Amino acid sequence: MKAAILTFPGSNCDRDLALAFEAAGAEVVRVWHKEIALPEGVDIVGVPGGFSFGDYLRCGAIAARAPIAVAVQTHAQRGGYVLGICNGFQVLTEMGLLPGALMRNAGLKFICKTVTLKVGDCDCVFTNGYAQGTHIQVPIAHHDGNYTLDADTLSRVQAEGRVAFTYSDNPNGSMGDIAGVLSQNRRVLGMMPHPERVADGAIGATDGQAMFQTLVGQLALA
Amino acid sequence: MKARIHIMLKDGVLDPQGEAVRHALGALGFSGVTGVRQGKVLELDVVGSDKDAAEMSVKTMCDRLLANTVIEKYTIEIS
Repeated sequence: MKAAILTFPGSNCDRDLALAFEAAGAEVVRVWHKEIALPEGVDIVGVPGGFSFGDYLRCGAIAARAPIAVAVQTHAQRGGYVLGICNGFQVLTEMGLLPGALMRNAGLKFICKTVTLKVGDCDCVFTNGYAQGTHIQVPIAHHDGNYTLDADTLSRVQAEGRVAFTYSDNPNGSMGDIAGVLSQNRRVLGMMPHPERVADGAIGATDGQAMFQTLVGQLALA
Repeated sequence: MKARIHIMLKDGVLDPQGEAVRHALGALGFSGVTGVRQGKVLELDVVGSDKDAAEMSVKTMCDRLLANTVIEKYTIEIS
């Protein structure tokens, strides 16, 4: 199972994301944003957290138009898997791979703390490692995580079971308490919380590990 | 030519920053402000003299990069 982890100027969770995939047994290739193609045989693209291009214009807007973006969109359109975390989630909405947009937190403050997430009743490779309805502890660290979408799209996303995670205590004003959302084919996940920061027992918290282990295990079989 | 682009959140999209500014105005004693919306202005220096062509081109720039039309709307002035 091969994972490509992107790096933009200002990405700062790319190494952690690569390590989380490696620890779960994936072969990881790091990809610079100026590349125009993904390596052969990539199963999943990881779009990491950080502050790509300084959050200039809008969070994720410039990264979503970087040279590598077309290859990522093509990969997703062919049914490839994509995981965007934090700034990576913002990039995926800007690419049009996920609905909605991430706006300034309702309280206007940057929030850096561990929050409780509830695993949604969605059948997807990202959450299959957790029982539906389970609560997990995952850190957030963002200024623009207020997930916003129009009422019709919100009800469609909920009705189609595409809400991967919700916040137990909504920290940022996100509609429907949504912390993570899936594409229609359930192969693209964007989430604001950072599972890669709780994927190593050495740091005392492992609630994110199941996501990477399940991804690597199931995509290796596919 | 100069192209001036005004980008605003669409009507109905909650603007937390505008709301904070409205509260701050109230706290300073400015009564009577019932709403504040915050947007941004971009000024582009554009080569050429054909206003219509420039407007078309700037519109494409807005749709592809400068505005996120999921939540934002924009107007263009060419001068």
